[in-house]
Amino acid sequence: MPIRLRVDGLGASRGEDPIFREFCLVLDAGGALLVTGRNGTGKSTFLRTLAGLYPADSGTILLEGATDPTAPVRESLHYLGHRNAMKRDLTVAENLVFWARFSGQAGDPAKDADDALEVVGLGGLGHLPFGYLSAGQQRRAALARLLVAHRPVWLMDEPTAALDTASERMVEALIAGHRATGGIVIAATHQALDVPGAQMLTMSGFAVTA
Amino acid sequence: MMALYLRDLKLATRAGGGALTGILFFMAVVAVVPFGLGPDLKLLAQVGPAMLWIGALLASLLGLDRLFQAEREDGALDMMLMQETPLVLTVFVKCLAHWTASGLPLVLVSPLLGLFLNMEPTAIFATMLTLLAGTPAITLIGAMGAAVAVALPRGGLLVSILVLPLVIPVLIFGVSAAYAAVEDPAPFLPPFMILTAITLFFAVIGPAAAAVALRASSE
Repeated sequence: MPIRLRVDGLGASRGEDPIFREFCLVLDAGGALLVTGRNGTGKSTFLRTLAGLYPADSGTILLEGATDPTAPVRESLHYLGHRNAMKRDLTVAENLVFWARFSGQAGDPAKDADDALEVVGLGGLGHLPFGYLSAGQQRRAALARLLVAHRPVWLMDEPTAALDTASERMVEALIAGHRATGGIVIAATHQALDVPGAQMLTMSGFAVTA
Repeated sequence: MMALYLRDLKLATRAGGGALTGILFFMAVVAVVPFGLGPDLKLLAQVGPAMLWIGALLASLLGLDRLFQAEREDGALDMMLMQETPLVLTVFVKCLAHWTASGLPLVLVSPLLGLFLNMEPTAIFATMLTLLAGTPAITLIGAMGAAVAVALPRGGLLVSILVLPLVIPVLIFGVSAAYAAVEDPAPFLPPFMILTAITLFFAVIGPAAAAVALRASSE
């Protein structure tokens, strides 16, 4: 059954200040949403609210057609935040294998990690400590984490931060690939990402126009 | 879950992991006691179990504040909050790994340090046994403090102070069980059973409370 992400009347605030309010969204399988807006308008807060990491004031987030309808939506999400969620002292492969196992992904995590590294252009670098990589390579390794465990919905916060132009194309390909297999992508960015057929959301501080 | 356990052990033993810090601190504290008290062998043997316990207690409090803070700093905590695995279980496994890396070594070096303090074999063995039963409780209680202070950049001291009142009973029953083994009229078993009960109690309460605090701290 294809999935559908349905967000209804979502609102969140920082302290007393509302960030967004009465936000509604429907994304079908293969859909994408690009969130743009200036710094400090609440793009990250919006994504973290969707991920269930930031408390929402109101509203519901539903994932229809999920494998386990009773499970919280956050369990069907991949969240790629500003921070890469990788340990500097472990090797890239160890990091990825850990996340694959920890996310409950079946199969051979070591092979999946190798494949994912190949996709993000870090093939053969799995044996290096994560802290040894450059900022852009670290970001790419963090993107590989989305590939080692399957989650239907990807939330990406500035996925192209620190990436060069070629790697930005790679991110676009990753997003396209995930959508082609029936996934949903929500990305906050201020780089011009080429995501065909994506809905656009521009955050402008207190008023949200969708 | 095994993956998390192994990862945390690996992290603790690699450079900057801090598993050694606790042992070195423990050894330093206990090693200076004979110098401070002077060469009175009888007195040393008498304060031995208490010194070992105080040293182990302080040493186990040392690295606790990093338990969740390190995960938060690199964003891994967010992922842990979003998994199907219950957070309580994640916290419990992290405590277990932390204890294996920094609590268990304290237990293992305690016989050697017991020799420094001129303790009898029975006293050494009893102290080791009480440490084995009691140090997990310190880690589990500490996890609550570490979770509460997770968002504070220099929460180390705060964690120790938050946790100290709760670990006092562990110290009291640990030391009294260790003394009971050498001093004749006092029975060993009752204080030891209470010590074990405290550990089991906090094995349930600790991770649950820490999980609640971690959920509340995410923003």
